[in-house]
Amino acid sequence: MREVAIVGANMIKFGRYPDKFVDELAAEAAVGALKDAGISAKEVQVLVSGNLRQPMTGQRITRHIGMTGVPIVNVVNNCATGSTAFRDAYLMVATGLYDVALVVGSEQLGKMGLLGGGGGDPYDRVYPTEGYAGSETMPTVFAQAGVEHMRKYGTTIEQFAKIAVKNHKHGTLNPYAQYQIETPLEMVLNARMISWPNTLYMCCPTGDGAAAAIIMPLERARRHTAMPIKVAASVLTSDPWSERDLAVDDVNTLTRKAAQEAYGQAGLGPKDLDMVELHDCFATPELLHYENLGLCADGEGGRMIDEGRTYNGGDIPVNVSGGLLSKGHPLGATGVANIVEVTWHLRGQAGPRQVQGAKVGLAHVIGVGAACTIHILTK
Amino acid sequence: MTQRVANALSRPLPYPQPESDFYWQKCKQHELWLRWCKDCNRSYFYPRDICPECFSRNTHWVKSSGRATLHTFAVVHRAPIPALRDRAPYVVAIVELEGGARLPTSLVRVEKDPKALMALIGKKDALEVAFEDVSETISLPVFGPAQQ
Repeated sequence: MREVAIVGANMIKFGRYPDKFVDELAAEAAVGALKDAGISAKEVQVLVSGNLRQPMTGQRITRHIGMTGVPIVNVVNNCATGSTAFRDAYLMVATGLYDVALVVGSEQLGKMGLLGGGGGDPYDRVYPTEGYAGSETMPTVFAQAGVEHMRKYGTTIEQFAKIAVKNHKHGTLNPYAQYQIETPLEMVLNARMISWPNTLYMCCPTGDGAAAAIIMPLERARRHTAMPIKVAASVLTSDPWSERDLAVDDVNTLTRKAAQEAYGQAGLGPKDLDMVELHDCFATPELLHYENLGLCADGEGGRMIDEGRTYNGGDIPVNVSGGLLSKGHPLGATGVANIVEVTWHLRGQAGPRQVQGAKVGLAHVIGVGAACTIHILTK
Repeated sequence: MTQRVANALSRPLPYPQPESDFYWQKCKQHELWLRWCKDCNRSYFYPRDICPECFSRNTHWVKSSGRATLHTFAVVHRAPIPALRDRAPYVVAIVELEGGARLPTSLVRVEKDPKALMALIGKKDALEVAFEDVSETISLPVFGPAQQ
């Protein structure tokens, strides 16, 4: 396997674009990544497109940026769609198959509401399968995971709410975030209850967005940029069976497995990380992932947010982009956008939200169903 | 499109599979049956011929006592589809059955107050199964406080 580096990274501001088609959004991100890498679309040897709900988006992107006849792969892996596309491209370059890969993650959700989460008929997404019995939604799955933590460690709804306070505060400094509004603790706690313990501001919004990256083998990358960002680990896991797993996803086990493999691959540990972008689709899972990713010991997640250690400026800043809660979560775009965000910080290009001196960053995504990706990037 | 509208107006129901057909037939008779792995000496959910823990085929059906312990829950205030809106707020839960298996379900006859529900968590066998007849072929197992 060859070492692989990110040469180009770009995203559009997440939000709502009712007047545009998703391939236009995706093409805008792709053109930005090409420009950032300083290459033409003619140099791209393979395109991997992550998009959950709009089939053949990859090919539609080339109608905007140039149809060169290169192989195009369209990837679907629920919320981990974009990051799985990135990993596929990484593997193609690492194994020596191609030298220049373009990855694009995109999605147009509009106002899908709570049903947003999968392809096909949205009503099928309420899991009309055995066991689930058609009453569960994403807020519920992650609420139940939060309650498990509360029963085990005495974690409080206030501690979960503080996650939303932090991420919205971070989002105010990110011009690419869907929302730039602060949500003080009282506002979070008093907001409309969606699925106890998650209130409205503890749930990520739906929206539209796109993000793109250009990757190359490290040696070639050095010819294009003075700041290649190395992919030190690229891991994909599915749910290992656990007691509650057959019918309802356990959001913890696959992240723990992925983290272990990623740290092993990179030869790094959680203490080496300068920043983390993790999958805060709701406030509850972010706190769980502090422990799943080894940022603190089991049961210490609540204290970690109480002490503000995951704020920008704290000892391990988490979701300085605003996270999914504030930046938004256009499903297929999310996994690539997290990688773009970490890349910008490692290059020192993140503006007012820059994590000072960031050299190592981790991007984590979960797709319920289930898929988990972790990428560790280094300067 | 017609199907979509129909789905929105009615509650999505389980599709019995060859391996779970017996389970749903028994639910219809208001009995809860689970697969039991003779090698692991425990039950599991949902019904599969092969044990998900040890991959053994040495499994068979056993009737559950229906007693269960609350493992976790969520109180749903915002229902995902019109068919469930009248029920909101409602409580979905994962319960641990006597015998080991965990089952995703709904709670009935409970206070929808999170504090009361938190207090119910871990109380051994404090819940018992009941059945909600939702169609001609499907009855859903739900759980409420055990009547001593």
